Amino acid sequence: MKDVLVFLCGFIAVAIKQGTPLLFGSTGEILTEKSGNLNLGIPGIMYMGGVSGVIGAFFYEKAMAGQPLNPLLGILIPLVCALLGSALLALIYSFLTITLRANQNVTGLALTTFGVGVGDFFGGSLAKLFGAGGSLSIRNTSTLFRSTLPFAEDWGAVGELLFSYGFLVYVAFVLAFIVSFVLNKTRIGLHLRAVGENPATADAAGINVTRYKYTATVLGGVIAGLGGLYYIMDYAYGTWSDGSFGDRGWLAIALVIFALWRPKTGILGSFLFGALYVLPAHLNFGENRMVQYAVMVLPYVVTIIVLIVISMRKKREHQPPQSLGLPYFREER
Amino acid sequence: MATEKKTAAHHEPLFHIAKRDQMVWWKAWIIRAAAILLALVVSGVIITLLTGLNPLNVYGEMIKGNFSNNRVFWMLLQKTSVLLCNSLGVTLAFKMKFWNCGGEGQVLAGCIAAAACMIYMGDSAPNWVIIVSSLITSMLAGALWGGIPAIFKAQYNTNETLFTLMMNYVAIHLVKVLQVLWENPKNSGNVGTINRASQAGWLPKLFGMQYLITVLIVAALCVLVYVYLKKSKHGYEINVVGESQNTARYIGINVKKVIIRTMLVSGAVCGLAGFLLVNGSSAPTVGPNTAGGQGFTAMLVAWMAKFSPFAMVLASALIIFLQQGSVAIATKFGLHRSLADIVTGVILFFIIGCEFFIQYEIKFRHKKGGVQE
Repeated sequence: MKDVLVFLCGFIAVAIKQGTPLLFGSTGEILTEKSGNLNLGIPGIMYMGGVSGVIGAFFYEKAMAGQPLNPLLGILIPLVCALLGSALLALIYSFLTITLRANQNVTGLALTTFGVGVGDFFGGSLAKLFGAGGSLSIRNTSTLFRSTLPFAEDWGAVGELLFSYGFLVYVAFVLAFIVSFVLNKTRIGLHLRAVGENPATADAAGINVTRYKYTATVLGGVIAGLGGLYYIMDYAYGTWSDGSFGDRGWLAIALVIFALWRPKTGILGSFLFGALYVLPAHLNFGENRMVQYAVMVLPYVVTIIVLIVISMRKKREHQPPQSLGLPYFREER
Repeated sequence: MATEKKTAAHHEPLFHIAKRDQMVWWKAWIIRAAAILLALVVSGVIITLLTGLNPLNVYGEMIKGNFSNNRVFWMLLQKTSVLLCNSLGVTLAFKMKFWNCGGEGQVLAGCIAAAACMIYMGDSAPNWVIIVSSLITSMLAGALWGGIPAIFKAQYNTNETLFTLMMNYVAIHLVKVLQVLWENPKNSGNVGTINRASQAGWLPKLFGMQYLITVLIVAALCVLVYVYLKKSKHGYEINVVGESQNTARYIGINVKKVIIRTMLVSGAVCGLAGFLLVNGSSAPTVGPNTAGGQGFTAMLVAWMAKFSPFAMVLASALIIFLQQGSVAIATKFGLHRSLADIVTGVILFFIIGCEFFIQYEIKFRHKKGGVQE
């Protein structure tokens, strides 16, 4: 019995670690979509967040030239870089779709192309460009991001389940709760939802639609960017390898639908998706890689089923924001 | 009353935005050309900053990377053709304002079907039978992948953008599963070149040119799609449904039927791109990167060209030219090849942004404020 418990705690802990980038991504995307912007650039923004953090850490470690890092700076520099990088991309998206009224799908996909390109380019060429020699390694910074509470190891399985994570995991949780609170319990959230449901009505009620859309999209992008930062600094031990981030950005978008646009449901969903990601390795299918890959398809299939069911049942509280994906022209009402 | 008017004039913003009636077509194309030029300058500057290459040499290297020998030139033609095929496919759906973001998945579905025909019929059937059945099954597979979201869109108004996006990844993971099933040699994780020895199912070389047949097929398709959209009853129905579903219903168009039919065609054309990618390749294989993100790029090409099939030829050639050129530069300097994606992204931002200046005009506040209505 105890063995099962230990196994379970370990498995859940791995699932949480695997789910955290998705949680960041989906929380950010929910905030964005609530303003009526369907930002398909989230995968690109997550890459950008990750690689910006890598760039910050790289130059900081280079400047320290082997001396021990200052823990505070070691975390702050990559963090700020990641925030700035993802905010920049989210701003490009906002400017094109809100100010220049471009099509959201097309802009989002272009942003993903760009962001993934920037990520892979700098991830793969940084060391070469700025002559560190050999491959890119920011292990020391990564160690800072991975440091856990000191008593995590003393508490056995429970410690593993609750305290074995780097600080960004807790940030992801807290952000999901904050976004949920702001959306559902505050006036700002009410206004934001009004903008996403029907911008013309919101505008008539005196809400500044442009400002709400900009703020929500940029903040959403920044939150999603943290997912990339977490992945590379904590999950991947600070080593960038081509394509290892994979389809996590799209999974985050799938998770938004799966969670029915609710950040708190997104927390559970992220564990579930994370568990599906690691399930094959844990259940030990051994040589059977086919089953492994087949399991990876489940999150998408489940999401499609959710999408179909909500459109069939037409329950109002389960629908996407009504003006999702549509631009708003005040002059064309 | 008078004072009220005065304050109103005072508070009139510096400028406001108004929709243009319809810009003359050549003016619109001048704006687009200017945007492309500006984007080329910006991407040139980016490359210069990254490599230290003289800005003019950047474009020289790009031209070299596309035209310096027969091989790269034919690669340019082949990639342009496949991207064009893909763009034509999604355009059919876009015209109807059905956001088919599933080009990637539909291409992969086509790739899977084509590869399956080659693998399972390779030893037993004559060459032309394999090619024809690859062609037909790949188009059917693409149609299936596009048709499923369309059925739900038509029946329940299920969000097609999200549905088709998810279908992409279903296809990608399906390819990964099949890759294991078909891997050759065992445990390599790759399918390898299919029918390497017998070359069964490979598209023949016309006049000794590997990709000529691909280019010809897509050229014919381009004309066909133009005629279908502009001159046929189906094309008319697609247009009306795209403009307003209510109008379509009012004049007796069966909207559901049009949505499903158009998506079947759209998916089939994307599936054809999959066939060209597998059977038409110089070393046919299939893997999750066979479509290489071009399904997404195709949407952007279609958008750039304003859904005009012939403008799409130029748009896809431009994108492939830049991508191949940037890869050549990146390789020369030992940098990562995704430099191409950065350049593509920059170009797209400019083109997406410039549409605003075609559709709207900015009217500045009149200096001596007579009050406007």
